[in-house]
Amino acid sequence: MQRELEIGAEQAEATAPRSTGEASPSGGRGRDEGAGPRAWRLARWEVGLLVATAATVVLGVTTSSQFLGSYNIFSVGLSNGEVAIMTLPTALIVIAAEIDLSIASTLALASSVLGYLWMHGWPMPGAIVAVLVLGGFLGLLNGLLVTRLGLPSLAVTIGTMTLYAGIAEIVLGSTIVADFPSTYTTIGVDAFPHTDLSYSAVIFVLLAVIFGVVLHATPIGRSIFAIGANQEAALFAGIRVKRVKTGLFVVSGLIGALAGVLYTLRLNTAEYDNGSGLILSVVAIVLLGGVSIFGGKGSLVGVFLAVLVFAGLQDALLLTNFPEDATDTVAGGLLLVSVLVPYVGGVLSRLRRSTARRQLGSAP
Amino acid sequence: MLVLEHATKFFGAVRALEDGEIELYAGETHALVGENGAGKSTLVKILAGVHRPDGGRMLVRGEELELAGPAAAREAGIAVIYQEPTLFPDLSVAENVFMGRQPLRRGRRIDARAMHRRVEELLEPLGVRLDPGRIARGLSIADQQIVEIVKALSLDAQIIVMDEPTAALSAYEVRRLFRVIETLCGSGRAVLFISHRLEEVFEICQRVTVMRDGRHILTEPIEGLSSEDLVRAMVGRELVAREETDRKAPGAAVLEVERLTREGVFLDVSLSVRSGEIVALAGLVGAGRSEVARAIFGIDRYDAGRVVLNGTPLRAGSPAAAMAAGVGFVPEDRRQQGLVMELSISDNIALASLGRLQRFGLLRRVVERRFAQDWASRLRIKFGRTTDPVGTLSGGNQQKVVLAKWLSRRPRLLIVDEPTRGIDVATKAEVHRLLLELAREGVAILMISSELPEVLRVADRILVMREGRLVAEHGQAEATESSIVAAATGQTGMVLP
Repeated sequence: MQRELEIGAEQAEATAPRSTGEASPSGGRGRDEGAGPRAWRLARWEVGLLVATAATVVLGVTTSSQFLGSYNIFSVGLSNGEVAIMTLPTALIVIAAEIDLSIASTLALASSVLGYLWMHGWPMPGAIVAVLVLGGFLGLLNGLLVTRLGLPSLAVTIGTMTLYAGIAEIVLGSTIVADFPSTYTTIGVDAFPHTDLSYSAVIFVLLAVIFGVVLHATPIGRSIFAIGANQEAALFAGIRVKRVKTGLFVVSGLIGALAGVLYTLRLNTAEYDNGSGLILSVVAIVLLGGVSIFGGKGSLVGVFLAVLVFAGLQDALLLTNFPEDATDTVAGGLLLVSVLVPYVGGVLSRLRRSTARRQLGSAP
Repeated sequence: MLVLEHATKFFGAVRALEDGEIELYAGETHALVGENGAGKSTLVKILAGVHRPDGGRMLVRGEELELAGPAAAREAGIAVIYQEPTLFPDLSVAENVFMGRQPLRRGRRIDARAMHRRVEELLEPLGVRLDPGRIARGLSIADQQIVEIVKALSLDAQIIVMDEPTAALSAYEVRRLFRVIETLCGSGRAVLFISHRLEEVFEICQRVTVMRDGRHILTEPIEGLSSEDLVRAMVGRELVAREETDRKAPGAAVLEVERLTREGVFLDVSLSVRSGEIVALAGLVGAGRSEVARAIFGIDRYDAGRVVLNGTPLRAGSPAAAMAAGVGFVPEDRRQQGLVMELSISDNIALASLGRLQRFGLLRRVVERRFAQDWASRLRIKFGRTTDPVGTLSGGNQQKVVLAKWLSRRPRLLIVDEPTRGIDVATKAEVHRLLLELAREGVAILMISSELPEVLRVADRILVMREGRLVAEHGQAEATESSIVAAATGQTGMVLP
């Protein structure tokens, strides 16, 4: 986001003649860090996550024999499905060096509108489609504010986070809609046919595959990485930076609305404050997944594993009769871990380098 | 008052300053002139304490001194006024002047009244009216410079360095600045005045130092010199032999730029580049050359005029449209604009060709890697593996990666902005050969370069820009370094409004 600001300023002011300077000697200096291939550095993070996943399972199994039971697996999927789904577009947006904090509020607004439309006699399929379209528009608004006006997405989506939640409250007020048709609310009770997984978990897995392919194997995905790593260079390579970003925000809104529909139906409850507080978990998972908050780095595999760690850990804590509101503790803790581990790693390697240099220097 | 001798400064392997020398007397205005890259800025930064010289010595008022940092320079009574000062926009003029050392009254509160009074006292002899309580935001550049000068005076600086102070000033503001400079010298201070505008040098300075290629060339009283003398001293080197190749006559026009204007940046620029032709845009840094190139490629918008490619008008503001029309653009800042340093060599080469490396929407890794390998070897890029981060390459090889990225698209027009800046001599020659070869294949090339030998060596036609306008055009045959420098610095005798 920092980077984006700089570019914005530059375009507004054209390039200051001074900035080009004379005799730019910096070109000759190469950085010696980061010599290892990017793929390997990422892979190491994912191996770590894999270990963490295994540890979580071990922890779960030791605390409760139910941990790997089909009912527990179903309920873990059920209670984390929406969060998991929302991590997918969030991961892509963060890799593009932006952020969408309004996605959980989009969930709330989608829930409210779905309840409102059902209450006013809309048929379910129509109401669901309308809500998804609405989600797309909410995302589009974010995207346009960020790309056309050049505002920082952090500020924009903090604003729309509150705005969308506020509209949700206006739409439904204190009304609680809880009479959705049972053919739909069954997703909160039954597993997806032939599996132990909730519908939301299955949708998450399918979407994760799609998002993974888009991110890692298509021109769009490559553009997302390039934009996140160096927006200016991406622009100079002819990548349609604004279009890609706007698209990401639209997808984010759409997925937020989808999560809202799932959330509402599985609880059979449309309420204006549905999903409040989920955004913290979403961001925590994305960062835990190895996505750099500065953009340009991350993988969908990492995010997928982080979802497993997050959901598993939280469930294990619940099974040990940890207080009900463990969610925030887990999210906060994991957020810190995901920021601290790379930081400590960085400090260690810097330390190692500087001692190596000192030894070199002291040698004659 | 100040003497700097044999100063050298290396940046990595690049020698920015080899034999920097300057001698300032109290009460004089001393000019420092030289081409882009002559080492003026490096020398200024040494005086400012920003860079520590690798060799040489510095005497201030007869005392040998080693500046540990900008604070030490300030301590020694040296102040540097930059072309575009950086003030705190939301603080008042007085607060900017006294930033970090505000006069205090009882209880460690800032004494605003004393501060304002002091600023007014300092402004008075300069003959400039400025409200000390005014917020800095919205001050003209000229006024911002005045604030910096006042700040220097409040620190009792005896040596005031001005790095191209007039570049962004109007004629009236220049006059006012000159009066201020005269006042400063009248009070026994020394002013080092850096400018590309030689007429200003003749007007205000008593002595002049010329630098070239990081070396001190001469220091003389201005009186005995003509502007031709100065230009010759600035250019100096023997002419480089032109790379003679069997050039064909250029073909049809590929690029036509008609009266392109961007308010305050460039004005009424018309030019054309034909197939097989290399056209160079020469001029000083900041003359608007890169900005024109950016506008053509669609990075920046423009306010008037149009760009026509192969007879078809090009949509403004869209690099994708420019690329589709066959334009390639090697930008001036390799690390920030040309490459995504975090991505691999192969990713970077492929970045502008992603659309062609896909099938059914999926990138084909193998094809992509082979593609990158192919172009990397064609341009003889030295690398370990194509999957290594591009940041591990040397500057010259990085530049080749940028070139590979664009050449792999087989452009019909290639715009190169400072294609050989900061790269070694051997690679430089390779890049020149490459450009000539491309031209022979019929590619139209628009080259921006601040290196005159390079311009003379490869260009068929040379356009000179000055302060946002095209001011001269030279055919390859009649162009000389002197004539280009003269046009770029406004010494052609042309009357410009």
